[in-house]
Amino acid sequence: MRHRLRFFLRKLLRMILLLLGVSAITFALMCASPLDPLQTNVGQVALGSMSQEQVEKLEAYWGVNTPPAERYMGWLSGVARGDFGMSLLYRQPVLTIIGQRLGNSVWVLGFAWLFSGALGLLLGVLAGVYRGRLPDRCIRWYCLLISSTPAFWLALLLLLVFSVWLGWLPIGLSVPVGMETSAVSFLDRVRHAVLPALTLSITGVANIAMHTREKMIDVLESDAILFAKARGESGISIILRHGLRNVALPAITLQFASISEIIGGSVLAEQVFSYPGLGQAAVTAGLGSDLPLLLGITVITAAIVFMGNLAADLLYGVVDPRIRRGRAKS
Amino acid sequence: MEPILQIQHVSIDFTQYESRKGTSRRCLQVIRDLSLTLYPGQVMAVVGASGSGKSLLAHGILHILPYNSHMRGEILYNGEPLTKERAKRLRGREIVLIPQGVTYLDPLMKVGAQIRKGRRDEASRRMSREALGRYGLSPDTEDLYPFELSGGMARRVLIAAATVEKPRFVIADEPTPGLDTVSAGRILAHLREIADAGAGVLLITHDLELALRIADRVAVFYAGETIEDAAASDFADPSLLRHPFTKALWHAMPGHGFRTIAGAQPYPGTAERGCPFVSSCVDCVDKCREAEEIAPRYVRGGWVRCLRVQQDTTEAGTENGDLGEGMEE
Ligand SMILES: Nc1ncnc2c1ncn2[C@@H]1O[C@H](COP(=O)(O)OP(=O)(O)O)[C@@H](O)[C@H]1O
Ligand SMILES: [Mg+2]
Repeated sequence: MRHRLRFFLRKLLRMILLLLGVSAITFALMCASPLDPLQTNVGQVALGSMSQEQVEKLEAYWGVNTPPAERYMGWLSGVARGDFGMSLLYRQPVLTIIGQRLGNSVWVLGFAWLFSGALGLLLGVLAGVYRGRLPDRCIRWYCLLISSTPAFWLALLLLLVFSVWLGWLPIGLSVPVGMETSAVSFLDRVRHAVLPALTLSITGVANIAMHTREKMIDVLESDAILFAKARGESGISIILRHGLRNVALPAITLQFASISEIIGGSVLAEQVFSYPGLGQAAVTAGLGSDLPLLLGITVITAAIVFMGNLAADLLYGVVDPRIRRGRAKS
Repeated sequence: MEPILQIQHVSIDFTQYESRKGTSRRCLQVIRDLSLTLYPGQVMAVVGASGSGKSLLAHGILHILPYNSHMRGEILYNGEPLTKERAKRLRGREIVLIPQGVTYLDPLMKVGAQIRKGRRDEASRRMSREALGRYGLSPDTEDLYPFELSGGMARRVLIAAATVEKPRFVIADEPTPGLDTVSAGRILAHLREIADAGAGVLLITHDLELALRIADRVAVFYAGETIEDAAASDFADPSLLRHPFTKALWHAMPGHGFRTIAGAQPYPGTAERGCPFVSSCVDCVDKCREAEEIAPRYVRGGWVRCLRVQQDTTEAGTENGDLGEGMEE
């Protein structure tokens, strides 16, 4: 029990340090940004027609004249009290906006995460089993092609094919334009989420498939597989009983590590599809100098990624008998 | 009696891709023109230094060689060609392999599930418990993972796994390294029992002394060739042995002076012509270096590849003549 407690305290400390670091870097980058918040958000012309008093008020609102260190400490002390501040662009609490946006994104991210994980595992195992033969060559070719394709370009391509040419799916946004929220059906939401999710899935598959393939080849060349063959186990039984079992552990690590890539990819994909998710909010906040919102989004996503890795660690302990039994003994 | 296994002129080679250029292929012959004959009830030891291709021979018989390798020659099992399909049918049932160590078990699967090959019926469970019991392992062993086994236990689990269904031909690939003398002795005794029950046993080892404790015949491997095939009793006296390397091996044994053998064994497949042992041989002459091929000669009930030994013209092909059947060109 004390062992567990120490484990969690250590992880918690590590997470706090990580989030501090991430927020500090984000803050520093924003301060170094050449964008002037007043010019980008109010506009050159509007600014010119304002009185000195009005301009000063705006400067105070965007925090232009406050020293950076003071602003950061102010933000930190707010966060320590659970207050992430108000978004400057949306004039709403940061947490409310993140909650809304995350609610939109979670389906896209979740689908892409599960789908790319499952398909990546399947393709990786197939490629490993058929190493050097046609299925392997096709899968490797696909992965190479996808890894060298920018996500936003793929997003544009999908948009062109499915929305513009075929007209099967909507061009953007998360709900039909001009429809009352109450009238939006579940199907409408799904139709709008398909393309962003597909983009993220297609790009996510390549990495997982290639790693799984390497691992599968290692496993199939292992002594254990040789002995299984020598004992007359059939090819299918070898792949399902021994191959998958041994590929499963690294697959867990890969799957949870891919969360960060999916979230990273969502920034571009949501932008292309004007999908009002977390990724798009991050872009808006960054370009609009909305410091509290951007800091909030970075910290929350970093925490999600950290939790993902923690989950992988914990799952490993449950799944791997060498850790599970080894721990029970000590 | 009909031999259970006849290996005739078997060669195994690898295709290697030179890493620097990527396109140039190199063919590496690891086993060259190997012939052996094994009878039921017999333990034949294959003795050779590590890296001399012993494991590959075992894998070749079972048709489980790595994908970049190629085997030529003929293997007969019970008098009929052991084709890939036939080997697939027989392996794990009639023909079994006892591998070298615990790495040959799936690290993530319990011992019981591995022994039963995934079957869960009562008959399989009983057979698996019986097999474990034969080698002094309790039924609880089924619930352990390989990492929880000690070295000796792992070795016995491997034997149990190989012999669940009564095999007729057993290949034991280095079944004892890393074990203390008592455990090693026990493993050897088990192999002898299996042979005495009527199966043929091919014992692969680099340890001549150990092999002589249970073997009926000994085949000596040198640089991928069998340079001598002798009765175990020939090792009672070095003058009964035929090849200079076998004699050197005899003198290198702990009880016989521990004399080291000069020179290193050539990497398999590097010797293009002549006898692979020339550089270390005390008895070689020019023709040993130049001979295109040194065919096996039948001498005093055994076979030897040495130009310095006179073939017994009278005895060849009689009595034990079929031991090296097909060896003469
Ligand atoms: N897949 C492979 N590709 C190339 N060479 C190999 C391969 N497997 C084994 N070898 C070579 O074949 C030789 C014989 O190996 P092995 O049969 O394992 O030797 P032993 O069992 O006698 O120690 C070794 O020198 C090894 O380097
Ligand atoms: Mg070996």
